[in-house]
Amino acid sequence: MAILEVGNVSKRFGNFTAIKGVSLNVEAGATHAIIGPNGAGKTTLFNLVSGLTPPSEGEIRFRDRRLARMRPHDIVKVGMARSFQKVNIFPRKTAAENVQVALIANSGMNYNFFRSARRLFHDETMELLALVKCADDADRRAGELAHGRQKQLELAVALAADPKLLLLDEPTAGMSIAETKASIELIKDIVAKRGLTLLFTEHDMNVVFEIASTISVLHHGEIIASGLPHEVRENDDVKRIYLGKD
Amino acid sequence: MTSRPQLIFLLVMFALLAVLPFVGSRYFVELAVQVMIFSLFALSLNVLAGHVGAVSFGHAAFFAIGGYACAFFLTRWGWPLPLAMAGAVVVSAAASFIIGILCVRLNAIYFSMLTLAFSMLVWAIAIKWKPVTGGDDGFVGITMPQALTDPTNFFWFTYAVFAASAAALWVLSASAMGRAFVAVRENAVRASFLGIDTKRMRLIAFVIAGAFAGLAGCLLAMYVRGMYPTTAFWTQSGQVIIMVLLGGVHSFVGPILGATTLYLLETTTHQYTEYWPIVMGLILMVIVLVLPDGLVGLIKRLRPQRRA
Repeated sequence: MAILEVGNVSKRFGNFTAIKGVSLNVEAGATHAIIGPNGAGKTTLFNLVSGLTPPSEGEIRFRDRRLARMRPHDIVKVGMARSFQKVNIFPRKTAAENVQVALIANSGMNYNFFRSARRLFHDETMELLALVKCADDADRRAGELAHGRQKQLELAVALAADPKLLLLDEPTAGMSIAETKASIELIKDIVAKRGLTLLFTEHDMNVVFEIASTISVLHHGEIIASGLPHEVRENDDVKRIYLGKD
Repeated sequence: MTSRPQLIFLLVMFALLAVLPFVGSRYFVELAVQVMIFSLFALSLNVLAGHVGAVSFGHAAFFAIGGYACAFFLTRWGWPLPLAMAGAVVVSAAASFIIGILCVRLNAIYFSMLTLAFSMLVWAIAIKWKPVTGGDDGFVGITMPQALTDPTNFFWFTYAVFAASAAALWVLSASAMGRAFVAVRENAVRASFLGIDTKRMRLIAFVIAGAFAGLAGCLLAMYVRGMYPTTAFWTQSGQVIIMVLLGGVHSFVGPILGATTLYLLETTTHQYTEYWPIVMGLILMVIVLVLPDGLVGLIKRLRPQRRA
């Protein structure tokens, strides 16, 4: 069963068409990778799917709800959380405060003006920080953490929304080889433990083939191949793009 | 926004204020009343400017609406004081809800400009709607409960309202909602992807800020026994922004410190020269150039740093 259905979606910015008639199903429980060269439209597609920008044409359905009339915070409530390619957290707040406010938002307590936030969700916050191996950084300002740690913190913040579908835009961008390896192990582990559906973009092909159960290839805003990893690997169009004989 | 040193500061401040009527002259008691009114006004703006990071350039509108409404209910309709004040707060909150719906859709400078435009509209209404506001001449001669005509009694009344409001706003600052407000200020995109309806949070902050500004307006109307269109003028909105900036936007007590400092400076400067705007301009330059976090930031810098 598809948790996310993208039906013939296009996105134009002025005269430029970033996404051209993309159709895509993400099956519940899948680990679905979107790959493609720089400028293929991966991030644009993510922004459409998460409701950050509306599509010019086409329809996106998430858990059988049309996204068209929903704003990002509504979509989060239905069970989608995302990270951004460029780390997007609260840099002036501590790591613990970052996660705590995410838990507050998820519980709907952001409308509670009476309940003191001092010890609120303390245990849950520490649990999530421990899950992404950032427990030692709890009281450090998020903006002062190393880049890899910030990525992991953003993962914890996204998980605090208790999503069914997790969108990770280049989860290992800017990471060293060692960090990438550790991070991928972590993501694999969390996705398995929590039974999440994962949709992610990634430039590192080793990472993609290691964790993806399904791969879609985006090229100039169009899906040119979609399927199991070995099918995509053998696809002639994909080979041509990645070998640069375009 | 809240912290233990700030709580101690507040408790000491209220304790010292409580001693004032017993040791100070009438002049100081009256000065303290004015300072408390403007501190409450500045605290209310900080819910917007400090918490959700939306700098309203028209906050005086709600200060004036509260004042006019209170004056009107007390004098024309002869309502008892608690009812008149409650009514005035409701009117301010309703006005900020309507204006807020239109303003919170916009960000940064566009938000500021639209709030400025609405406040000028309120100012124009204050001048033109003579039957209710008294027009240019202002609303003169408010019917007040006999007991509050005594300056010391009025001091205690103001003290009680200010203390209760500060306590309520403190609880708000330290609450789960307060955390969500700050999340909206720090990174609205991230906040919305946590599931926070950022526009609604900004609207809630706008209404709370408007309601407390209206309450401060009630006190002002009763203190000066009248209400005048200048209270809604943009210079009044500008002054309260400077108060908040001078004290420090990212702290709870900042606005109180800023309001007190600016008000006392203005009062003393007026005794020597009529060129107060020059002094205010210099203060503004100092804030922008060397005190981005205001007086609270300065105090933090002067204190030996404790590392967590």
